Amino acid sequence: MTAQNDIVIRIRGLRTQFGKSIIHNDLDLDVKRGEVMAIVGGSGAGKSVLLNTIIGLNRQTAGTIEVFGQDTAKIGATASQRLKTRWGVLFQGGALFSALTVAQNVQVPMKEFTDLPPALIDDLTALKVSMVGLPHDACGKYPSELSGGMQKRAGLARALALDPEILLLDEPTSGLDPIGAAAFDELIGDLQQSMNLTVVMVTHDLDSLYAIADRIAVLVDRHVIVGTLDEMLENPHPWIQEYFHGPRARGPARK
Amino acid sequence: MRIVPTGSWTIATAPTLRQEIDRLDTAQATHIVLDLSRIEALDTAGALLVRQLSLSLKNKDRTIEEVGTREEQAALIDRVAHAGEVEPIPVERHHPLAALAERTGRAACQAFEEATDLLYFLGVTTVAMMRSLIRPARIRFVPVFNHIEQVGFNSLPIVGLLSFLIGIVVAYQGADQLRQFGAEIFTVDLLGVSILREMGVLLASIVIAGRSGSAFAAQIGTMRVNQEVDAMSTLGLDPVEILVLPRIMALVICMPLIAVYADIMALLGGGLMVILTLDISLLQFLERLQSAVKVSAFWVGLVKAPVFGFAIALTGCREGLKVTGSAESVGHHTTRAVVISIFLVIVADALFSILFSAFGI
Repeated sequence: MTAQNDIVIRIRGLRTQFGKSIIHNDLDLDVKRGEVMAIVGGSGAGKSVLLNTIIGLNRQTAGTIEVFGQDTAKIGATASQRLKTRWGVLFQGGALFSALTVAQNVQVPMKEFTDLPPALIDDLTALKVSMVGLPHDACGKYPSELSGGMQKRAGLARALALDPEILLLDEPTSGLDPIGAAAFDELIGDLQQSMNLTVVMVTHDLDSLYAIADRIAVLVDRHVIVGTLDEMLENPHPWIQEYFHGPRARGPARK
Repeated sequence: MRIVPTGSWTIATAPTLRQEIDRLDTAQATHIVLDLSRIEALDTAGALLVRQLSLSLKNKDRTIEEVGTREEQAALIDRVAHAGEVEPIPVERHHPLAALAERTGRAACQAFEEATDLLYFLGVTTVAMMRSLIRPARIRFVPVFNHIEQVGFNSLPIVGLLSFLIGIVVAYQGADQLRQFGAEIFTVDLLGVSILREMGVLLASIVIAGRSGSAFAAQIGTMRVNQEVDAMSTLGLDPVEILVLPRIMALVICMPLIAVYADIMALLGGGLMVILTLDISLLQFLERLQSAVKVSAFWVGLVKAPVFGFAIALTGCREGLKVTGSAESVGHHTTRAVVISIFLVIVADALFSILFSAFGI
């Protein structure tokens, strides 16, 4: 594989603004195949906006975003459709379809984009549900009958339905208890390794960074500063210093 | 016998692979070697198929050997195997007749619960209203006026247009039928009595039920989904007092006004039609209307309006408060709010008719 192919998401000169407020300006970011990239930043720094821009829910003002070498702003409807089967997105609250059961939620992309026989769809659904650590009886439940953590797991199962190459996660561990959050980190790291996923995750959770992130993109001053955890610890930028050496950072750092 | 899966085993190729696996004839084999070394691409769907293949080959008369698992694929195959025996998703099936009986029973029980629940909510609201009347300072006038604007003032165009059109229809149909007896002039009587006693207020109520009853349910329902109602309760605020009472007061105040407006617009439409088709003058129309319709007809129509308004607001708010967690539930209860409030309006109208005829009004 050439070096070109190793970069699955390439962002160049990205600018996003809402009205007069500029969220990102001239932002460059590369995500390599098979890595776990964490996006961190203060509240309102535009982490979720960046994620939404990558997946096309929000149109950038200027700049290009290439996913698998294709400019997302310029590809046609069919190519865009095909692209969407190659990534899986987990939204903050799970974003399950409330009218469908967990099993039906996971089956939505399979039924829509594959010709799998029904029996195999059922088997795959049960497999995905158990892979994300949900009990089997969760299949027939509706999202409103599940706890927040279980909804996230079910959302992850749906994101993984088509075996995507990229997994995009918006604050996967927020709202989970520390034990649940650690288990979720472990699950994502585990899946990432066995399925050779590229993971991009927005997070506030320092423990997640220490546990699974290969590289970290810090959103400061409308740009990103990218580096490994060790590089970040050395970075002189005041916000990064505060973030990685502040009172809440001491616990995770000790491990 | 040696089975060597090759190429790409992914979700894209899974349908064909499944067929290939089903076509495998292994009846004669006593020893099977499953060589996995030539699978080029593997995802969970492929790994599941590999596992299903190996499970399907297994029986007591033969030995199976899995060889050549690639290092990078071992983790995934392991993971799928680790996910455990994949049980089929259970589907509950009932006899159709039993299901019908069950649904009938459920619906009956629900209807009963519905009625008692409505009564309970009526009680809660009445108590809250009494509390407010004792201490009028507690009444939240700003929301009341806000709701009056939304449900009353903003609904004038649609209520006006519909009433005007219904007036035209009644006048036209009346004139058409009565002409056969040479009694066209009675069209004015028909128009006046039917509009003022029944049609005006009923039409206005049905439009308001569709427009505002649903809005109340959706507003309060969305607040329930966002846990705003729960937040209110924990702050020591009474949701009935804050959310329900202003809406009920707004509709009770608005409904008579809207009904009068609907009466006027319907008479305008009907009058226009009468004047044009029967070839009489405006003056004659007004004279006839005055002699044909007693003032009591107007009051009979008007006295119903606040009751209808109360029923619509009560139902809308109650359905809104009954919303549970999901977006689907908001839609469900909004629809119910409209259906139940129109139902209640028509039932109340029938009761009024019985009452008025008993008193000979």
